Amino acid sequence: MTTATGTSRRDFLRTAALGAGGLVVAFFVPGTNRLAAAAPAAAAAPFAPNAFLRIAEDDTITVLLAHSEMGQGIWTSLPLLLAEELDADWSRIRVEHAPAAPDYFAVGMPMQFTGGSMTTWTEFERYRRAGATARALLIQAAARRFGVKTADCRCENGAVVAGDKRARYGELANDAARLTPPKTVALKDAKDWTFIGKPARRLDSPEKIDGRAKFGMDVQFDGLLTAVVARAPVFGGTVASFDASAARRVPGVRDVVQVPSGIAVVADHFWAAKLGRDALQIEWNPGPNAGLDSAVLQGDFLKTATDDGLPANQAGDAAAALAKAATRFEADYAVPYLAHAPMEPLNCTVRIEKDRCEVWTGTQFQTLDQAVTARITGLKPEQVTIHTMFLGGGFGRRATPTSDFVSEAVEVAKAAGKPVKTVWTREDDIRGGYYRPAFVHRVAVGLGTDGKPTAWQHRIVGQSILGNSPFQMMIKNGIDATSVEGVADSPYLKSVADRHVSLHSPELGIPVLWLRSVGHTHTGFVMESVIDELAKAAGKDPLAYRRELLAEHPRHLGVLELAAERAGWGTPLPPGRARGLAVHESFGSFAAQVAEVSIDNGAIRVHQVVCAIDCGIAVNPAGVVAQMESGIVFGISAALFGRLDIVNGRVQQSNYHDYRVLRMNQMPKIDVHIVPSQEKPGGVGEVGVPPVAAALANALSALTGKRQRELPLRATS
Amino acid sequence: MVSLTINGKTQQFDVPDDMPLLWVLRDVAGLTGTKFGCGMAQCGACTVHVDGAPLRACVMPVAAVAGKSVTTIEGLSPDASHPVQRAWAELDVVQCGYCQSGQIMSAAALLKAKPTPTDADIDAALSGNLCRCGTYQRIRAAVHRAAELAKG
Ligand code: FES
Ligand code: FES
Repeated sequence: MTTATGTSRRDFLRTAALGAGGLVVAFFVPGTNRLAAAAPAAAAAPFAPNAFLRIAEDDTITVLLAHSEMGQGIWTSLPLLLAEELDADWSRIRVEHAPAAPDYFAVGMPMQFTGGSMTTWTEFERYRRAGATARALLIQAAARRFGVKTADCRCENGAVVAGDKRARYGELANDAARLTPPKTVALKDAKDWTFIGKPARRLDSPEKIDGRAKFGMDVQFDGLLTAVVARAPVFGGTVASFDASAARRVPGVRDVVQVPSGIAVVADHFWAAKLGRDALQIEWNPGPNAGLDSAVLQGDFLKTATDDGLPANQAGDAAAALAKAATRFEADYAVPYLAHAPMEPLNCTVRIEKDRCEVWTGTQFQTLDQAVTARITGLKPEQVTIHTMFLGGGFGRRATPTSDFVSEAVEVAKAAGKPVKTVWTREDDIRGGYYRPAFVHRVAVGLGTDGKPTAWQHRIVGQSILGNSPFQMMIKNGIDATSVEGVADSPYLKSVADRHVSLHSPELGIPVLWLRSVGHTHTGFVMESVIDELAKAAGKDPLAYRRELLAEHPRHLGVLELAAERAGWGTPLPPGRARGLAVHESFGSFAAQVAEVSIDNGAIRVHQVVCAIDCGIAVNPAGVVAQMESGIVFGISAALFGRLDIVNGRVQQSNYHDYRVLRMNQMPKIDVHIVPSQEKPGGVGEVGVPPVAAALANALSALTGKRQRELPLRATS
Repeated sequence: MVSLTINGKTQQFDVPDDMPLLWVLRDVAGLTGTKFGCGMAQCGACTVHVDGAPLRACVMPVAAVAGKSVTTIEGLSPDASHPVQRAWAELDVVQCGYCQSGQIMSAAALLKAKPTPTDADIDAALSGNLCRCGTYQRIRAAVHRAAELAKG
């Protein structure tokens, strides 16, 4: 965490915090270890107090990220926004995760977090304004120095130029920091963009290909111990009694402490801590969830689906319209619990001192982590420093309503009285809860003589993610929108006069959470499978049928046509292969995919996925392509393998051998096409996931003639 | 005491014989580029070279490699100039990056054994390396590109 000039970010921010209440843009002057000047932001200014960049005399521009890099590429996309308005020299850009502080709250929200595919589009204004403000100040400083009007100055590649005069930003930083920022700044016209919309390579590549990049797991310092925690085998279980004498005899074990989540073995290194944990004798009170069984739950959910739940979208009289429909289609769909299984197992490092606490971790939820840490340590939130490390994948798991992996680490460090890094094994990570909930959908659709839906009844049963979370207030009239997104707001339902979408949210002791694309993980699968089934019932080609139904939805149609064309929809395939199609809107963007499959040696083989994406303005098209590839692989893993079974309250799967994800030898060719657009940017990180499962299921149905309505898909049904 | 040569430097470690090489590298030698992903030879995040051959450090008792030469991602090249690293940068392979040390070490070992690998060779050599971010298509392309770069 040291800048090129040898001053830490923490020192910088401390100085900044002392120097002024709010900084629009802070210019750090190296060598003096102070802020040259901090331009106070007017309270009414259109730019909220922020500190998103600093410029050093050596021309280095450090961009502070208000969100966490977990692979999705914001380490590059946010600097692109800032560099665009700053006319920066891209080679001088450096990036850091910002500390946890109100300055870095998500736009319009009282918290700092990363999720919902929101980072780039929600920061589209703020990071450009930060760059534009800096640019305006640099021009003012240059104009004074050159003795010319600001209007005679222009910026290019990290320098201000006026006639034959030229000054690099680093040379101007000190002067610029003494100026008052303008109240408003103009942003460039899209036609003048030189960074936005041009493919840029990732700025975090260099440190991720030579082992330098520091993930939470990699935090080390003198005196740091490692803890491995024995947690209850059943969610909600508690320690009845334990005997740590054998654990304490393991060489390297320093302490064994009880914390709310279980028993922590604290040792010199992971291996000793893990051996120590293996040696613990613990009697558990299994608690109220010891009887939970996911297969039984699915049966219960199906029974629940016999009746309407709370309405999420209703119009007309779906039941009556169904009764008199020319053709009636009915089906049940089901998806299992899923774990995120990011490559980096959960971990968190904590050092508690008299009047402060430091936390190092890969997190998606800094504000909550900070609050939870403050509560446990008895400190004030501002006395808690959160160092956001690179996340070895997040997919939602590193933003939990309890900050589970952070709060536990703080408890362990507090009980041990020493700095501690808690490390979860892969088994701990897969069995540690916070899953994509299992869902059942019961769908009944009435079709008119033209084959189009005339009535739609749709019941969804599954645990609420937002219940018991900091986002609980988003539950309206009992409806957790994340349970029904993708159905209640489906374009297919808009033109169906008689419709009824309803939700049952059973309360169960299984911790559930958003997983990459959240409700769309199941609603995309169900809706696009149903549409294929309806096309078949109507005797129509799946593409032609969707064209009819989506006639009023140009962005859906746009991606659908592009994907179909690039995939050669309707052209002959080798024997034993079939294609499937799906299109789904999520997070403000639109994705269509065509999958090509076969069954090979008793296993589903995905040969190719062609994807079209309309995410509005693609800030970094290279990043958009990478995220589609990533989302598609994530979706294939879930569709082909993803399944957690719970028996007697115990999660059965434990590691990558029985919680499988796609491997190199199973990888299809992926072909991504971006729809050119000047619409406002939409999300990207999750948008590639929702269509995949349906595209695969539809392809398998075309191949085998048998429809599969349950995930994961099987080679034989 | 176990003696290991890590990235060309011979060192003594006072650790139990059955301690996996991974944790000696990470927690004792302080070389954190080699990652922990599964601990049971399922993910490849911990791949290092032992006497030039790829090996899963998470399941290798340190005593079993005593006296041998271990290369980690930190020692693959002094300046990220190994053809695999250059190809990885050129094709923008990484996402979260957590699996990539292991991917790169597996790819480098493959290229040493087979300077012009086929797709089938890549499948065989790299199917033990999981990437939850799904970078496989770029990894495959980058291995082919690295083969070209290595030939100069
Ligand atoms: S950590 Fe060694 S193979 Fe996964
Ligand atoms: S880049 Fe994230 S797991 Fe491979």
